[in-house]
Amino acid sequence: MTTTTRRTALKQIGGAFALGMGGLHWDMAKSHAQAAKRGGTLTFAISAETPHYDPHASDTFATLHFASPFYSTLLRFNLPKFPEVEGDLAQSWTVAPDLMTYTFKLHPNVKFADGTVLTSADIKATYDRLRNPPQGVVSTRKATFADIGTIETPDPLTVVFKMKALNASMLEHFASPWNVIYSAKDLAENPAAPRTKINGTGPFLFVEHVKGSHVAGKKNDTYFKNGLPYLDGWKGVFTLQAAAMLNAFQGGQVQAEFRGISPAERDRLVQTMGDKVRIEESSWTLNLLVCFNIEKKPFDDVRVRKALLMAIDRWGGSQGLSRISTLRSVGGVVRPGSPFATPEAELVKLPGFSKDIRKSREDAKKLLAEAGQSNLKFTLWNRNLAMPYTPAGVFLVDQWRQIGIEVEHKQSDTAPYLATMNAGNHDVAIDFSNLFMDDTSLGLAKYLSLSRAPENRSRSNDPELDKLYDDHLRERDVEKRKVMIRAFEKRLFDQAYQQPLLWWHRIIPTHKVVMGWKMSPSHNLGQDLGEVWLNS
Amino acid sequence: MLRYTINRVLLAIPTLIGVAVLVFFLLRIVPGDIVEVKLRGDGGSVSQETIEMERKRLGLDRPLYVQFGEWMVGMATLDFGKSMWTERPVLEEIAIRLELSLQVAIMATLIAVFIAIPLGTMAALFRDSWIDYTMRLVTIGGLSIPSFWFGMLIMLSLLALFNWLPPITFTPIYIDPIANLKQLIWPALAVGYRYCAVVARMIRSSLLEVLNEDYIRTARAKGVYEKLVISRHALRNALLPAITVIGLEFTFLIGGLVVTEQVFNLNGIGQLFVQSISRNDFTLIQGMVMLIAAFYVFVNLAIDLLYAVFDPRIRYGT
Repeated sequence: MTTTTRRTALKQIGGAFALGMGGLHWDMAKSHAQAAKRGGTLTFAISAETPHYDPHASDTFATLHFASPFYSTLLRFNLPKFPEVEGDLAQSWTVAPDLMTYTFKLHPNVKFADGTVLTSADIKATYDRLRNPPQGVVSTRKATFADIGTIETPDPLTVVFKMKALNASMLEHFASPWNVIYSAKDLAENPAAPRTKINGTGPFLFVEHVKGSHVAGKKNDTYFKNGLPYLDGWKGVFTLQAAAMLNAFQGGQVQAEFRGISPAERDRLVQTMGDKVRIEESSWTLNLLVCFNIEKKPFDDVRVRKALLMAIDRWGGSQGLSRISTLRSVGGVVRPGSPFATPEAELVKLPGFSKDIRKSREDAKKLLAEAGQSNLKFTLWNRNLAMPYTPAGVFLVDQWRQIGIEVEHKQSDTAPYLATMNAGNHDVAIDFSNLFMDDTSLGLAKYLSLSRAPENRSRSNDPELDKLYDDHLRERDVEKRKVMIRAFEKRLFDQAYQQPLLWWHRIIPTHKVVMGWKMSPSHNLGQDLGEVWLNS
Repeated sequence: MLRYTINRVLLAIPTLIGVAVLVFFLLRIVPGDIVEVKLRGDGGSVSQETIEMERKRLGLDRPLYVQFGEWMVGMATLDFGKSMWTERPVLEEIAIRLELSLQVAIMATLIAVFIAIPLGTMAALFRDSWIDYTMRLVTIGGLSIPSFWFGMLIMLSLLALFNWLPPITFTPIYIDPIANLKQLIWPALAVGYRYCAVVARMIRSSLLEVLNEDYIRTARAKGVYEKLVISRHALRNALLPAITVIGLEFTFLIGGLVVTEQVFNLNGIGQLFVQSISRNDFTLIQGMVMLIAAFYVFVNLAIDLLYAVFDPRIRYGT
């Protein structure tokens, strides 16, 4: 059992406020100051159902909220001190001064759910799958690990990553929640096995997945972290409709929702549940993007793209949308408020961020006229999730209507929505950038050339952006790195391939009995539930 | 009767084959590709080669007549294939949800029938009285309030009055009947109200018609007790159109409760239908369409057989 001293609790609160979690509740501190109780089953809502069990191939929280409790990662983020990393399977690690070699010592006697002992071979097999997936296996993070040269396993508890190119953010990538560790034996038998089979070293063992209904886990008695987990088990109930989730939360059928709710939903819960509900808030490492498919006419014309971005009143929109949706902050390619974010004074000078919307729209009309597209009509492709995609889509349609553009708003389920964009069949889309940290090695990667970044749904290929990205990746001086990020952002917005619309604001409701769960700016982090307990 | 039943069952076979042909080929001409949606819908990059491999693995590269033939042969042995999305047997995917959907449909039917028959009968017997007006008000409410909205009112009322909500995960009735009924009684009520309104109005209007028939006047003239006139002569005949409506409504409830299922967070056939359509999961859609078609065919047969029970003048196969 772990106990937290007053000093560390205060540190955690301080760290949390530093992250911009203005509304963070004092109960978080209390949850760490109290002795954790054992037992009980946590039931929480998952507002989407994962199509498969493999986080390596996924980009949706639905997979992580489902699978994280069953798995471990090499490192993980220390949420109260975010973005500091800490060991998960790694007991300790060393990084060579030139950042070209990472050596990890693993915890001994770590067992998979099937009883086999974890060794460095499992780490190697997992990372080989991530960086070089075999035929028929999808790894959405292949590019992230392209800088790894070799992976060596000198002994069963040591794994050494040797880089072929410097990546100043590599340690954070080892803490990515998506890189869960699989069994080398399973992968050797069937590299695609993790899509349908769960065999991890996490705090919980897989019990059942009733399709369309719920997933359940039970305590892993052989979990390698002493005294953890506290819970006997958990159940994640798929609640695809926000109204059903809110009712279930209010009625006590679920005790938490870890992705995030809207301000209106928060207000309803606070009003009806009073002091039985805990609300934690934070800015969110997630934004919606306006994304033009530059392979389609007239969006191959930078003037058209730029005009459309300049017609959007982000500052006004932020005020209105933040009341009804999870959208809130105006920002560039880095989360507003985080260390590398562009200050507002600089942001307003970039195309699409002017506060003088009247002038901006006049300029936009001129650009469209120059491009011969004054009467432009197109389809805006969007996801059919009410929060916040629908209000964002409606907002954009209205913004573009104000410069005489007619837009058809087309929404579809997540899978066909992504498939359409990934196949390049869209004109203009509301895309998203779902990050788990603020580090720009992750955040900027989406905007690289399509040949390097398949998730770049504008389908642009821009060597200048690629070079700026690579240079910033190898740069260890923070100030120089900042300058490079600004240059990257300016180039991106000048070319107007895609641009953040607004950044999200995360609001998490939990019943007061739920303790030990840690708030962070990402809904992808902290979901293994190992330290969560119930005060009842 | 037996011969008639056998004939009807045999007639169901070409009907179902017709449905199979339609659903199979119509799905193939609808735009959208399950493989693209499945692999590219992950959010990751997938090469065209991987897509082709997956298409081959799922057998989608073969000529349509071969795919259709295999599917038909499989169906003949009750093997509906595997869901292209989840890779689990179609029957398994359906079975998980069918139990719940079937139970809601049965409970809603029971609620509707047990309330609608006395309600419709009383309204007809006391035509233009306050009883009739009340019944009309109640049934117009049932017809005009969407079931899902009534469901939401039920849920919010439970929350407001008792600070309680039914369970949101399904427990089969044979495992825990109390938990099961706690969850399903509410959607059954929400759906049953509209269902009841339809049936009650049908019974009222057909009973009013029957009560003016000569044979009812004759029965009364012969001095038959009024209760017997109503129950044996009038109601039995008035129920015939209501039986048809009950049968069709019941079948509709199996797969048609999409929004109500969402309100109550039910893992039913309706939700599965919508999901499989959005994912172009051909095999699952085909399986569900066949299931619902089979339900329609057999419920219609059951209705026809019930006609003979209620109306002795109807004798099949003679």
